[in-house]
Amino acid sequence: MIGWAGFLLLPWYGVEDFYTFKWLLDGWPMDSDYAPAIMLIAQGQKLWLAPMLLALAAPLLVMRRRKTDAIYGKVLIVAGGFGFAWLVAQGLGIGLRGYAYGWMIALFGDLGDRQFGMGYGGLLVASSFLFVFTQGIAARGAVNGDVFVTAAIGGVVAVVTIFVFFPITKMLGAAFISDDGGYSIMEFFGKFVDRRIWGLGCFSGTNCGAAWNSLFLAILVGLLTTTLGLIFALVLTRSGFKYKQSLRALTVLPIITPPFVIGLALILLFGLSGTVTQWVAGVFDVQPTRWLYGMPGILIAQTLAFTPIAFLVMIGVVEGVSPSMEEAAQTLRANRWQTFRTVSLPLMRPGLANAFLLGFIESMADFGNPLVLGGNFDVLSTEIFFAIVGAQYDQSRAAILAMVLLGFTLGAFYLQRFWLGKKSYTTVTGKGDSGVHPPMPKRIALPVYAIAGTWGLFTIMVYCYIIYGSFVQLWGVDDTLTFKHYMTAFAVTWGDGGMRWTGSAWDSFFTTIMIATIAAPFTAVMGLITAYLLTRQNFAGKRSFEFGTMLSFAIPGTVIGVAYILAFNVPPIEITGTGIILVVSFVFRNMPVGVRAGIASMSQLDKSLDESSLTLGANSWQTFRLIILPLLRPAILAALVYSFVRAMTAISAVIFLVSARYDMATSYIIGRVENNDYGLAIAYSTALIFVMLFAVGMLQLAVGRTKIGRRSSNSGGH
Amino acid sequence: MVKINAKAASVSFRGVTKIYGRDVVAVDDIDLEVAAGTLVTLLGPSGCGKTTTLRMIAGLEMPSQGQIFIGDKDVSTLPATDRDVSMVFQSYALFPHMTVMENVSYGLKFSGFDKSETKDRAVAGLGLVGLTGYGDRLPSELSGGQQQRVAVARALVLEPQVLLFDEPLSNLDAKLRRQVREEIREIQQNLGLTVVYVTHDQEEALAVSDEIVVMRNAGIAQKGTPRELYEAPASAFVADFIGEANLIPCEILSVSEGMAEIGIGSFRHQLVSRGLAPGKARVAVRPSRVRIGAAGQGMPAKIAKATYVGSRMEYTVEAEFGQLFAVLDDVASPLEPGAEVMISFAESGPVLVPE
Repeated sequence: MIGWAGFLLLPWYGVEDFYTFKWLLDGWPMDSDYAPAIMLIAQGQKLWLAPMLLALAAPLLVMRRRKTDAIYGKVLIVAGGFGFAWLVAQGLGIGLRGYAYGWMIALFGDLGDRQFGMGYGGLLVASSFLFVFTQGIAARGAVNGDVFVTAAIGGVVAVVTIFVFFPITKMLGAAFISDDGGYSIMEFFGKFVDRRIWGLGCFSGTNCGAAWNSLFLAILVGLLTTTLGLIFALVLTRSGFKYKQSLRALTVLPIITPPFVIGLALILLFGLSGTVTQWVAGVFDVQPTRWLYGMPGILIAQTLAFTPIAFLVMIGVVEGVSPSMEEAAQTLRANRWQTFRTVSLPLMRPGLANAFLLGFIESMADFGNPLVLGGNFDVLSTEIFFAIVGAQYDQSRAAILAMVLLGFTLGAFYLQRFWLGKKSYTTVTGKGDSGVHPPMPKRIALPVYAIAGTWGLFTIMVYCYIIYGSFVQLWGVDDTLTFKHYMTAFAVTWGDGGMRWTGSAWDSFFTTIMIATIAAPFTAVMGLITAYLLTRQNFAGKRSFEFGTMLSFAIPGTVIGVAYILAFNVPPIEITGTGIILVVSFVFRNMPVGVRAGIASMSQLDKSLDESSLTLGANSWQTFRLIILPLLRPAILAALVYSFVRAMTAISAVIFLVSARYDMATSYIIGRVENNDYGLAIAYSTALIFVMLFAVGMLQLAVGRTKIGRRSSNSGGH
Repeated sequence: MVKINAKAASVSFRGVTKIYGRDVVAVDDIDLEVAAGTLVTLLGPSGCGKTTTLRMIAGLEMPSQGQIFIGDKDVSTLPATDRDVSMVFQSYALFPHMTVMENVSYGLKFSGFDKSETKDRAVAGLGLVGLTGYGDRLPSELSGGQQQRVAVARALVLEPQVLLFDEPLSNLDAKLRRQVREEIREIQQNLGLTVVYVTHDQEEALAVSDEIVVMRNAGIAQKGTPRELYEAPASAFVADFIGEANLIPCEILSVSEGMAEIGIGSFRHQLVSRGLAPGKARVAVRPSRVRIGAAGQGMPAKIAKATYVGSRMEYTVEAEFGQLFAVLDDVASPLEPGAEVMISFAESGPVLVPE
């Protein structure tokens, strides 16, 4: 009851103390730019904030009433709902230039006033309204009257709406805005059917539209990565291959590799002055060509970059096929090949579909490789980028392109669901499943080894060249070894004020680390709470809730980037150009991974653990904190490190959101590449790889230790 | 020394229905009274709604309709956290990252006890189940039976108004099962606890219960003391579920003064009529109540199978109404398959059940 009172008092004080736009700066609390809401109202300004006082006061009146009292719930719902709705309405309705819509001016007359983005005060008030609302719903008996669960659902729904659905809607709206600022469907169709998007010229010798290019490329990459991923997974689980651990290391690669590094390495190898090109030219006396630039280069780079991701998916699936199924098939007189074809492969179907989908979406969203290797081969992601930052600056064109991109990925998402249908592919029953996977049938073993071997060598070579390339003066021209690039990027000098970070890369490096560090815990928390709600709780609309949270996974980063700058450079949420927008974009880009990880490990936990905690008198928050979190420690660590590392390597959304003050490592490197400063770019990338390798290594160490800790305490006690 | 007491309260269901999703009826309009201080078993085949009923008492599920009372209090919409009920799970659900002591103290932490009292109570609880000195171990270091007892202690120390058991013995081997169920019964009687116990094992139910509620198809088939259920099953289902029974179709020829004359073919037998009117009915006969003789009164039949199981002989007998399962204690001179015999029923035991 005390906590409840405090909960209610907090927003009240929040209004008195925090509703500032940049509080504690000069002029506070009287100056209208910095004053809290209550002062604004007292001074007769910004009167549209006044109704919120009512909504804040109402819950105080019913505070003393019993929880089960019907009025209690009703008042909270009404007060919270009204307050929140009013806040949103005024935020959207009254913008930088007064009323945002013409009809409002017509209705209320000219406002003669304006407002900026919401500050922390607004944030606090908004969240308190939200929680008052969810408290009310809980009191009405939703979700067994569980306050923590309803609040968590409310919270997740609200932030996902604000940071995923709102920007996407905004972007879709922008697609209809014509050059002169009005809305026009004709204009939309005019741009939509542009030849540069849908042209089919490649069949008649010229270039195809970006949409076809992207689609074609993505399908190819999806197929290739899935096949290769399956091959590696088979080698790992169903062969006598001795160095399995080193194969596992392959799974780490995509996580720690900045996305365009592969493209750079390919240039070093196959570019006009690349090693292989020069060698072939020398031996066979062929004129070096620029064949790499365009479709072939992007295809190779993306396949190299995303195969490990497919491998990561496939390995779980291939291992997940219960050996007893395969053994059963064998005892039913199927030979190895028949077993593989009729039992193992069909059971891997969801994995194949997932791997393909991942490859498809990653390829669609990939920005770094096409930028580096694209040549005349236009793809959607780069087109979007040039539409926004290029000379043409055409927001609606960017929005249309993003729509097409989004359409493709969502289409793939639905196709996957459709293909998998409602069949159950679960083979892990939780019962002890002894037995071993049969080795691969001979018929496929040989080609599998051959392909895996070749590809593995190729991958190793590519990474060696990245490191080697970072020490070379000027690739293909001046092959002397040098530390020059590292000096330029990471120089440290001793001056008057002690050590000074004079290297050109330090700024973006520190920003990246900072942003990634801030984003990681948020991502992990959001992911785990969402996973908890999805696995452990039942509530109305759970399916759409799940869809909503997974949606940002199917949305390519480029689309998110465009949507964010369109949505958040005007009030009520004005965060373009700040570090916050970067953090927010990382949190929602990486959240689905946290959700998946959380779901996977949470479904390993017997539900009766939670239930027994509940019947022992703990509430659901205490249960979450005392039972679930401690048991999920490895998953939490993994989510933390993963989101940290992803934030460091992300490029597709970031490239739109960086500002002079908050430049990220990846966008800095892209900048270097655009200036043909490959040496520095590669040196910086190499440094990043090692930093991330370090982070992942620390994770392995930490997770490994918790496991060992449990095992030793099992055998010997504390 | 702190003593664990009971604050036993009654449980009552009034017209409780539970519907999952749109139309899956798990529990259908149940009325149920569990008196304070008694052990009541919910018994039935899987999918009959017994576990759902138990979870509704715990507050892990909310009834779709109807009311649930614990003591005098309507708890229908109260979540598990706020109910004074604790539960022992089938899987025990011991928290693997906590020691035995931490597990047992877990619930006490949320019940407003101070530190020293929490400890005293946890120690007392462990003592009650015979695990004094095991407090520092982790659950994984205990045997199945010990884990089970920790789970019981963890629930007991809260002195709940109602203690719930969800198939607590199903993960134990047969020998341990008998021992643990006796311990549970002993603790329940010594402390005067109200216990609701779910099982699908009829022998277990007969052994521990004050009262058994047999459930079937989301409803209650019959409730009564173990003896009532065994000796006077209300339906063919109950007769068959509680101890095996041969269900033989018969004809009630006449009823007078509470006794019925039945006919199975040409065979005649006298039975308590149990309110049945003349017409078609069935007679439920326990295998041990079948008499087999070489000659004399009865129905002619033939031995189809004979199985030696050590302490007794089991026979499958082929008669004109169908097959009959019989158990005879005479292992010294077994009957051979194919032997022609006459079968009849013991004086007491066989009961009439409605068709």
